[in-house]
Amino acid sequence: MNVLLDNFPAFRDGFIGTVSITAVSSLIALVLGVVVAGFRVSPVPPLRYFGTAWVTLMRNTPLTLLFLIFFFVVPEILFPGMSPFVLGSLALGFYTSSFVCEAVRSGINTVPLGQAEAARSIGMTFAQTLQIVVLPQATRTVIPPLSSIFIALTKNSAIAGAFSNAELFGWQKLMSDKGYDIVPVFIWVAIGYLIITFTISGLFRLLERRMEVAR
Amino acid sequence: MSGVSVTKDAEDAAPAANDLVVLSNVNKHFGALHVLQDIDLTIARGEVVVVIGPSGSGKSTLCRTINRLETVDSGDISIDGKPLPQEGKELARLRADVGMVFQSFNLFAHKTVLENVMLGQIKVRKADKKAAEEKARTLLDRVGVGVQADKYPAQLSGGQQQRVAIARALAMDPKVMLFDEPTSALDPEMINEVLEVMQQLARDGMTMIVVTHEMGFARSAANRVVFMADGKIVEEAAPDQFFSNPRSDRAKDFLSKILHH
Ligand SMILES: Nc1ncnc2c1ncn2[C@@H]1O[C@H](COP(=O)(O)OP(=O)(O)OP(=O)(O)O)[C@@H](O)[C@H]1O
Ligand SMILES: [Mg+2]
Repeated sequence: MNVLLDNFPAFRDGFIGTVSITAVSSLIALVLGVVVAGFRVSPVPPLRYFGTAWVTLMRNTPLTLLFLIFFFVVPEILFPGMSPFVLGSLALGFYTSSFVCEAVRSGINTVPLGQAEAARSIGMTFAQTLQIVVLPQATRTVIPPLSSIFIALTKNSAIAGAFSNAELFGWQKLMSDKGYDIVPVFIWVAIGYLIITFTISGLFRLLERRMEVAR
Repeated sequence: MSGVSVTKDAEDAAPAANDLVVLSNVNKHFGALHVLQDIDLTIARGEVVVVIGPSGSGKSTLCRTINRLETVDSGDISIDGKPLPQEGKELARLRADVGMVFQSFNLFAHKTVLENVMLGQIKVRKADKKAAEEKARTLLDRVGVGVQADKYPAQLSGGQQQRVAIARALAMDPKVMLFDEPTSALDPEMINEVLEVMQQLARDGMTMIVVTHEMGFARSAANRVVFMADGKIVEEAAPDQFFSNPRSDRAKDFLSKILHH
């Protein structure tokens, strides 16, 4: 009468579901966050306004509301027929991108202004200056906050379970519906999340150490 | 530097195109502060101009407007007959032709000395890697830091870093070089090694605009001294004339202060 062994396939599916939605939305958040951070420090005013608006909107909207919008409004108006997985990853990725953006932007601000001026003065474009000179030097300060942001993202992925995605937290509901004792179920779910979050913080610590050696 | 003798010849052939940097009626404010007031300044090809003046008079700002690191409120700036364009690809291209050396060196901290001098050639001039490296090594040898090529900037002395910064600017084959107090962040014993590089550059015919209080350099290398105070060009003269016989009271006052120190 072991809840994990008896229901392992469902647990495994939930675990894989959480890992996949975490991986995909992390990627979306990272790419989008860096791009929007670039917008926010760009010399082009419309891009700056867009960046500010994006962060304000995404960061201040409750995640559940964002999910509701993505699942009930976006398919109606824009793209019908997207899978719950895609919709969930987009909602979570967009939301988290605002936090990534602000972490990257504060990293950019730690790089002395003279670095960007030197890059511009040898004729680099804004994008080159950011890519080649500023962002590589910002990376080291950005890694610790990014680690926290992605761990938060992992835990936030539980909300996707409420929107017909198979994920770890959803397995808990499944089990309690089946009448299993709630305590061991929660313990297994927690262990599942810990495995993912420990992996993330381990990866980031490795990255951090790698960068220290490179200097 | 290799292209300089060619421009000298071109100068003789086409005297009308002799003006390389032209500022006319340039004005700039920082809020309420009028940092540049009706600046008119023309720099000929191959000319070395030293800009001198009290702190806060707008020398750095003037320098920085010439490659549009600072925008101006009104007036025109043109380089080699082309007016400075708006921020964008075209401005970037024009900036590559204007070398800039900063007081605080500003070498790319995450790149080696060699990479610092190669980067612009590869990313901006689209030179291939081998040619860029060859040129970078030649330039580093010329400024006397060839053996430091594989070190990071932080491992070099200030004087060495500044010479690398000069090599980095030269790697773009600039038409004109701007120096904003290139020696004032240096320990006294390192000032000369940088000034010698600059003097050699002047002898080779590079067009230079140099903000500095090094009178030795001004006397030996400059064709003209421009004295600024409170955002205005107060006096322009040949170095010997300016230092021994300044016309304006502001210049007299300023010189008496720096000479007695
Ligand atoms: N980004 C800025 N914002 C506001 N004010 C500025 C800015 N940059 C310079 N200033 C002001 O403009 C004036 C001229 O500055 P600038 O740096 O051009 O002087 P300078 O002649 O180079 O002085 P120094 O010899 O101290 O380098 C100063 O009063 C300075 O405080
Ligand atoms: Mg200055």
